[in-house]
Amino acid sequence: MGGGKMDVATTVSTGKMSRGKMALYALIGVALIASPILFEGFGMLFMTRIMALVGLYVMLALGLNIVVGYAGLLDLGYIAFYAIGAYSGVIIGSIAEKAMPAALQPWTFFLMIPVAAAFAALAGLALGTPVLRLRGDYLAIVTLGFGEIVRIILNNDAFGLTNGAAGLPRAGENLPNPAGMDWLGNHAIFSIPGVGPNGFNFMFSSNLYWYYIIVLLCCLTIFVVRRLDNSRLGRSWAAMREDEVAAASMGISIRDAKLWAFSLGALWGGVAGLTFANFQQFVSPESFTFMESVFVVCTVVIGGMGSIPGAIVGALLIQGTPELIRGFASSGIIPGLSAEQVTAISNYRNLVFGMVMVLMMIWRPQGIIPSQRRAAELTAMDAVMEKENESLYDVQHDSGRFGDDADQ
Amino acid sequence: MTLSIIVEQLINGITLGGMYALIALGYTLVYGILLMINFAHSELFMSGAYVGLGTLTLLTNQDFINGLTKKVPFFSFLLPARAFFTSGTFGLVMLLLIVFLVSAIVVGLMGVITERFAYRPLRHAPRLAPLISAVGVSIFLQNAVLLWISSSQIPFPNPVGIAVAFTFMGIQVTTLRLVIVGTAIVLMVALDLYISRSRMGKAMRATSQDREAAGLMGIDINLAIMLAFFIGPALGAIAGVFYGMYYGSIVFNMGFIPGVKAFTAAVIGGIGNLRGAMLGGFVLGIVESLAAGFLSSGYKDVIAFAVLILVLIFRPGGLLGESVVEKV
Repeated sequence: MGGGKMDVATTVSTGKMSRGKMALYALIGVALIASPILFEGFGMLFMTRIMALVGLYVMLALGLNIVVGYAGLLDLGYIAFYAIGAYSGVIIGSIAEKAMPAALQPWTFFLMIPVAAAFAALAGLALGTPVLRLRGDYLAIVTLGFGEIVRIILNNDAFGLTNGAAGLPRAGENLPNPAGMDWLGNHAIFSIPGVGPNGFNFMFSSNLYWYYIIVLLCCLTIFVVRRLDNSRLGRSWAAMREDEVAAASMGISIRDAKLWAFSLGALWGGVAGLTFANFQQFVSPESFTFMESVFVVCTVVIGGMGSIPGAIVGALLIQGTPELIRGFASSGIIPGLSAEQVTAISNYRNLVFGMVMVLMMIWRPQGIIPSQRRAAELTAMDAVMEKENESLYDVQHDSGRFGDDADQ
Repeated sequence: MTLSIIVEQLINGITLGGMYALIALGYTLVYGILLMINFAHSELFMSGAYVGLGTLTLLTNQDFINGLTKKVPFFSFLLPARAFFTSGTFGLVMLLLIVFLVSAIVVGLMGVITERFAYRPLRHAPRLAPLISAVGVSIFLQNAVLLWISSSQIPFPNPVGIAVAFTFMGIQVTTLRLVIVGTAIVLMVALDLYISRSRMGKAMRATSQDREAAGLMGIDINLAIMLAFFIGPALGAIAGVFYGMYYGSIVFNMGFIPGVKAFTAAVIGGIGNLRGAMLGGFVLGIVESLAAGFLSSGYKDVIAFAVLILVLIFRPGGLLGESVVEKV
């Protein structure tokens, strides 16, 4: 119970930025905006795609982070909300598009974002309500069942809307290009000869368009999730996660806290799902298997439960690394990798994931970038256990920490 | 809906139920002692099928034995062994016993190793840690089979054959079904007696009631936990061999769906309760088969999950379980 923990608690609560931190954020921002332009110009088109995919995973991980990291509810069927967002947005979008005036049609995607978010959040409520009383393991299994039920229903062409295993949009139909994409594709073109081996030839591709959309959505997600973590609701999640009974007796409504966690977590999954469907121009039940749910859980756990930078690092590692290897290998930039080797690498990825999940739980259960609040709690727990006899000393420090949290 | 279809689906359901019950026992044993879902159990079941296939191939596959003997003459004794195993009922019974034994022991040891390395270090960790670790083991085992054995379906021989044992109300019941249900029942009775009568069974029950108190009374709780992690996967492995014979092929991800269903069965019966797991297995098998007969078979898997959710909501303690009061 040293002073270090107290410092951590103060950093969590202030939210003021040091100059160095601002410079770092600015640098990251510039890199996020400029690097895909360079990649596109130098012909490494696959990089934009990978960055966009990683961005989608960041959104998913941040959404699941609300449920798993903040509220401490293990959800093994999170990908169902991704699916629900994708399907509801695409289906309702295609119906609405027919009723819309032509000028409005390119805005379908943007108009569908709240629709997909609402559907996913409602699905979160629908899952959350019956499982309120379940905890830990049982909850995990029920959410797993929920995820599978959603996938099987989509796969069985429920109500004739989902087109079964063939996916959407149906043959002969397509998702409309969003506003500005065609214009940018036709106008944002330039070349700088003499740079690099083949010159610098930039063309605003649809991947780049989606990449920027995804980055914007990620920023929005990060902003909201950060605010949530430091909100009254966020603190009641933390209390509930640590001890449900104690939290309830302190006047926190466990029911409300859980339902908010499920629906707010699901919401981001839904938005990511809709974006994924539009980015891919296609969506099918195949993308929403149980393993995908597990990968999102891995992202959160390996990054650090309850930690926003952790979710980003997790997404980079879990979604980014194998895609990068595949991308570089298939683009021929790394010579001498055969197609089989590339497949083998992506297969070994899963094997390694399995091991990493076990080792992570044993050696670094808090993840790569642990959440500061959680870390404080973990060390506090250890210290309490070690020095049970000196509890008076501990209690004083503990109350100081909670005092800090309550100040904000 | 004619009566014969109902009878047919009932027979299907009982066969399936026998397998579910065997797998469910593994979940319930571990849960009873450690209060954790051994998520890797479904992969141990799958491993059982692969070990069983390996043993069967080694003992009865003429081409394989010939090839092996050519390389290593030492194995020439397998040829007369094959002749014995493939002739007559006695040979067949011995063959099945050996296959079950090998598969059960290998997979039982895998279960013990899993416990030792992936779960024991986490015994005092927060609730989610062992579960995530178990998911990790499950992914690891699945991909190990995918990478190092085969990524596609492998045909599984059925040494029992497709002989019809008897005809009941116009429905032919194969010997294989009888063997599956019979073995399952024998194993369950044996386990029930072992847990309720033997010294070690008593130790396991004591450990599941109160781990610390049991330890203070001189019970080796690590041994009791290891035993649960041996017996459960061993029974799952036998179910895996049956699964292979019954469906005629196995694949690396075959464990997931039966695993979740067996867990459902354990929950239906009341998790932690051995007899509950047996009952739950048969109930789920029958419900699922009837539902597949009456409704579309595309939604067959949905039914198991829906039953699970309904049971957890309306009777979280299960059919035979007691409701557990949350202690502060």
